[in-house]
Amino acid sequence: MQTIRDIWHIAKKDLLEFTRDRLRLVTFFIMPIFMMIMTGFIFPNQNSLKDISIGIVNQDSGEVSQKLIGAVSNLKLSEENNAFKIKSYDGLELIKNGIRKQEISGGLFIPKDFSKKLAQDEQVEVTIVEDQSNPQISQMVNQVLAKIIDGFSQQLGAQKINNIIVARISTPGAQAKESSAISLMTPIKTKLEGIIPGNPNYFEFIAPGIMAMIVMMAVLTGLAGSISREKEQGTLDGILISPINRLAIILGKALSQSVRGLIQGFVVLLLAFLLFGVTVHGSLLLVVLLLFLGIFSFVGLGILVSAIATEQETASQLLMMFQFPMLFLSGVFFPIMMMPNIMQKIAHIIPLTYAISALRKVMVLGAGFGTVRTEIFILFIFGVVTLSISVPIFKRVITK
Amino acid sequence: MDNIIEVKNLTKKFGNFVAVDNVSFDLKNGEIFGFLGPNGAGKTTTIRMLTTLLRPTSGHATLAGYDIVKQQEEVRKHIGLVAEKIILYNQLTAIENLEFFGQLQHISKDEIKKRAEKWINKLHMTEWLNTRIGAFSTGMKQRINVVRALLTEPDVLFLDEPTLGLDPQTTHMIRKFIRELNNHGVTVLLTTHDMIEAEVLSDRVAIIDHGKIAALDTVDNLKKIVSNKPQPTMEDVFLTITGEEIRDISNGRVSSSLGFGHGRRKINNRVR
Repeated sequence: MQTIRDIWHIAKKDLLEFTRDRLRLVTFFIMPIFMMIMTGFIFPNQNSLKDISIGIVNQDSGEVSQKLIGAVSNLKLSEENNAFKIKSYDGLELIKNGIRKQEISGGLFIPKDFSKKLAQDEQVEVTIVEDQSNPQISQMVNQVLAKIIDGFSQQLGAQKINNIIVARISTPGAQAKESSAISLMTPIKTKLEGIIPGNPNYFEFIAPGIMAMIVMMAVLTGLAGSISREKEQGTLDGILISPINRLAIILGKALSQSVRGLIQGFVVLLLAFLLFGVTVHGSLLLVVLLLFLGIFSFVGLGILVSAIATEQETASQLLMMFQFPMLFLSGVFFPIMMMPNIMQKIAHIIPLTYAISALRKVMVLGAGFGTVRTEIFILFIFGVVTLSISVPIFKRVITK
Repeated sequence: MDNIIEVKNLTKKFGNFVAVDNVSFDLKNGEIFGFLGPNGAGKTTTIRMLTTLLRPTSGHATLAGYDIVKQQEEVRKHIGLVAEKIILYNQLTAIENLEFFGQLQHISKDEIKKRAEKWINKLHMTEWLNTRIGAFSTGMKQRINVVRALLTEPDVLFLDEPTLGLDPQTTHMIRKFIRELNNHGVTVLLTTHDMIEAEVLSDRVAIIDHGKIAALDTVDNLKKIVSNKPQPTMEDVFLTITGEEIRDISNGRVSSSLGFGHGRRKINNRVR
């Protein structure tokens, strides 16, 4: 009971100190806002495709090519803007030059006799020219153009088959069912069904990751920095000569950093909701539990760094060594399965990976406790193992 | 209890560097014990061991009958520490600081207030209780720092250069206060570079150099060591014993440089 009171006194003091430092308080709220806005608005997705300049070379003089160009130029992926801004070029090489100069982000080449060959039931080929210097934009442009062309091609094909069917029917004036042509063209069609209603956007993918990352980094840097600062200032001696348990000191500081981290996490969630329409499809309580466990899994590392680093600056630099790779390997911005095998293996020894995976399952897919119990277990074990290593080291180092 | 602190062969090594070398001395209950030495001599290291902030490499010591290694929590209940750095948080008010450190000592809020008021009034800090420490001058901070150290009503108060950087008025106040505390039965172990302070306050003085006790006696007896002056000061005693060489400390290694002439006379007075 006394230990719990000691933990509370340490945590309360840290939080009070923090709230009195106006500059730290301001950056505390600005940082997640800044991070959310940056990641939310700079990462492109299909719905953010608008007015992307592409070049078109049309060597055909027929109607069909004009209709195809019309389909491309009138495409809207968002309400206000067209997806593409069309620039006309006279040749394939000129499109390639345009891409080199970054005047355009891709191109479409329609060859001579395009319409004539189609009318003669010949297959024609159009060329999509991609900007290989920008894989993300290029991939989206290619996908969208290919979709438009496929759809257009299907429409044309259905028309042709319909005409063939009509011609083969012996009864004069009879009409083939339009559906017969479609079923011959595309005997199997696919239906897309999600686990949750609506179409999640990219931000719904990254929001859980950013939340977890901000919470955990806050605890990691906050804990190590807090202890190092007290060492530098000399106030740690005042705590150490009191008859409180050494564990209470660490837990008290971890508690105050956890509260701060959770507040920041909820600021992120609120911003994600207000600015990007992110919703939590699963239980909010489960989200809180996962954040707590994520914090628990990181506290040991924070304690270890604070024990080793004599100064705040050293602590910050040591932590950068862990934070930077974690940012890219734990699946915050990119799915882990897209990484090389060796990176995937490294990702699986980082606790942040499991926290993000579980949060994503709960927030985006509405998963329950049972679905994320493996991640919960792993995070718990991480915490127990790192604490059992770091606490004795901390105790030993502070009274060396 | 005659001796409140008993130190036997206390040693502290940092790697190959011996900061405190086989030191033995006792502190009588109720005395003011001055602990002098050049920079890097081992004064602060000795204090940190006695206040359980550092673990000795070998030897042992007891404080109020409790072993400083095996009974650390008991030792902490009997001590107060005014360290080189001020142990206060700038963002908290004076009273918030006192409440925080008092609560860590498991003292109730009411009792903290009662104990603090006793000393706050004497140190003329009553009107500043609700002001943040960050707004205080060095002298004001040190006064609250001393009050903080007294919250446990310690048997032994460790003062590591308590008047360093203070103006003469505050210095005078602190010295008077130390004397008054001692009159109330608090044993004081005081380190200082101020020879006048050592002379006016201390009942006995130990001079430590290169980690060893070079001399330990009353001020009057120590002055008898200086034979070439009719009315020697404590500074004369100090320089006679430790010499005029400047000690340069780097990464735990001590080297003596700029020898100015006569060397040291070592006198080992061990009082048991």
